[in-house]
Amino acid sequence: MLRRHHRRFLVGVDVQSVGEVEQSISQHGHHYLDRVYTKHEQESCQGSVQVQASGLAARFAAKEAVIKLLDIGDDGHDWRSIEVRRTKSNRPEVKLHGPAVEVAQQRGIADISLSLSHDRDLAVATAVAQVSGRKWSRR
Amino acid sequence: MTDINQTIRKILEIQGRLGTEALSFSDGDDLYRKGLTSHASVNVMLALEDAFDVEFPDTLLRRGTFASIAAIRDALVSLGVAPTTAL
Repeated sequence: MLRRHHRRFLVGVDVQSVGEVEQSISQHGHHYLDRVYTKHEQESCQGSVQVQASGLAARFAAKEAVIKLLDIGDDGHDWRSIEVRRTKSNRPEVKLHGPAVEVAQQRGIADISLSLSHDRDLAVATAVAQVSGRKWSRR
Repeated sequence: MTDINQTIRKILEIQGRLGTEALSFSDGDDLYRKGLTSHASVNVMLALEDAFDVEFPDTLLRRGTFASIAAIRDALVSLGVAPTTAL
């Protein structure tokens, strides 16, 4: 019997139209903003309508990428429980709140790395996490 | 008097960005297969909240809630919305 231990990674990726976010802000205003984004996220995306929509689109993509990584799409979740923040060196990072913290712990996830990008029309986010505390074995 | 499902279809047409085809979706059609995106489902939820004067709790903010017209209707009924016509 051969028993091998592997490192196991989880990945989530998502893309988001910047124009759709801009339209949602225009149509729903704070009903949309306050339901999906934390106060910190909204404050991080101040500027022209285009700048705001681009930043928020990247953050929405990040939330969806993390939802995929945590595999909680079929569970009830608050989008604000997955918050995108910036480190002092301006790297994006994920801060989980509420039930999302517990889910991450159950999955053996301590940290989630995040990469964001956007142009005028499209935003994309990739989330990666290494699973720890559990060993994946194969006979 | 408007059928709750017809109101849902009209919201899916505009807020769900599914076009006029949404008006003829059957109650059980898979809306994600029809093109509903996660972000569009947020707009659908916000429009439903405005139209029916309800608020979706976190427990209902999951893919399954917006997977079909029937699922959306069930969610609204669970929030106290009464269908205005027999289905």
